[in-house]
Amino acid sequence: MNRRKFIKNAILFFPAAGVFRHLLKDAQAKPGNGKYDPANHLYGMGVDIGKCIGCGLCIEACKKENNVPKEPFFCRTWVERYVIKRDGSVTVVSIEAQKEKPRAEETDVLRSFFVPKLCNQCENPPCVQVCPVGATFATEDGVVLVDSKRCIGCRYCIQACPYGARYLHPETRTADKCTFCYHRIVKGMLPACVEVCPTQARIFGDLKSMASRLVRFTRINKIHVLKPHLNTEPKVYYAELDGEVR
Amino acid sequence: MEKNRLPCRSVVTEKMKDMLKRIPEQIKRLAVVIAVIITGVVAIRYFILPSSLTDGRFHRQSTVERETAKNIVFAGATICGNCHGDKAEKKKAGYHKTVNCETCHGPAQSHIENPANKPAMSGGRDFCVFCHAYDQSRPTGFPQINPVLHNPLKACITCHNPHDPVPPQTPRECSACHAQIASIKTVSPHALIGCTSCHNVPEKHKVSPRSVRPTKPDTREFCGKCHRKESDRKDAPKIDLATHGERFLCWECHYPHRPERM
Repeated sequence: MNRRKFIKNAILFFPAAGVFRHLLKDAQAKPGNGKYDPANHLYGMGVDIGKCIGCGLCIEACKKENNVPKEPFFCRTWVERYVIKRDGSVTVVSIEAQKEKPRAEETDVLRSFFVPKLCNQCENPPCVQVCPVGATFATEDGVVLVDSKRCIGCRYCIQACPYGARYLHPETRTADKCTFCYHRIVKGMLPACVEVCPTQARIFGDLKSMASRLVRFTRINKIHVLKPHLNTEPKVYYAELDGEVR
Repeated sequence: MEKNRLPCRSVVTEKMKDMLKRIPEQIKRLAVVIAVIITGVVAIRYFILPSSLTDGRFHRQSTVERETAKNIVFAGATICGNCHGDKAEKKKAGYHKTVNCETCHGPAQSHIENPANKPAMSGGRDFCVFCHAYDQSRPTGFPQINPVLHNPLKACITCHNPHDPVPPQTPRECSACHAQIASIKTVSPHALIGCTSCHNVPEKHKVSPRSVRPTKPDTREFCGKCHRKESDRKDAPKIDLATHGERFLCWECHYPHRPERM
């Protein structure tokens, strides 16, 4: 082999290897029977505020399942306690922060309730629009994920999320958020928070299957979403949502 | 003007030529090499590499794969019953039927992979009160106790079986469940009137509180026994039953557990 031939072959080799690897991958990905196909699913969650007792077990389960740091203020899901007084004043406290102490009993309360919150997995996600490196994206089955290897930790998405669902993971220094426990749902399991909820205030299901519990939930309840005026089209549906909830 | 400009331009070009000449030969050659490398990279990136290699879908696919490969910690609601069938069967019929095993026992995936890893048992008063301590924000009717007053220092499981929680004996006092109403009533003018003077409580209400409910007074005459003009009770405010809010039952406007003072 002379030098000219060697260089010519070398130039051809690298792109060709790429193409072949690619074809091989494609061939392997051909659907085997029973293989998970994201195109057949669209996930959402229902939250029944009338059933939430504010026990905080969902927050804890989420931290165990997803290695969310234990300190307060880092949560993929959290529960807010609303207290609306007779004079119209509204106080909102995240119950995570005061788990140790017994909750103070307020006087002159008109109504009071708990609101579980999490990433709304918007159909039209503001966080995806602002990411400068394309690290966050929506999957075909409707879950917004973060590529922790691409994320540069610029926090644009944390600012952009109208629901405050994102935080900067203190160890990886990348944005992190609820994934509906993606590693569980693709195997047909329920997200950890839904799994441990003792009163079934959280309902998880597939919007593309008419038989799913979530579709039934949206059929038998009056449904509202958070901040509908922003046109983010959330996929977390609330039943018995109070007008004071932001 | 024209005449002025022409020599000026030639001076500029001449100066530039001069500058080019002054650039060392090795720099010029280096510039050529760099230009070739840049065109090469651009050509490879945009013309030779297949578009599939630069497609964002692949880094997304790898994220999805990474996400999918994460460890499962909670095993799920259905699998526990495979071995612990008796407990699951018992729980299915009781008030805790919506509570999954892992809600109290903690994550159990490692227990399934190796039965020697016992899931952490959360017991004791500290745990049960997460759900059952009185909190005014909890939905009405959810069973709640005051942990300070309710059999202090006694573990919950000495009286309540967590897999089928029912009170060991039916409470005699209405206030055991209706604590909020009872505390309101103690400071009201109706404090001395017993619950059963107005409510007719079927015995079955103690067993199935939701489906068998106590009665409420269904006539205006019932309250009228004390409150109508002709009544001889001295301490009760009087009204004329014929003219006062004739279309309504009394408790539709007045809250009987804390009636307004006159």
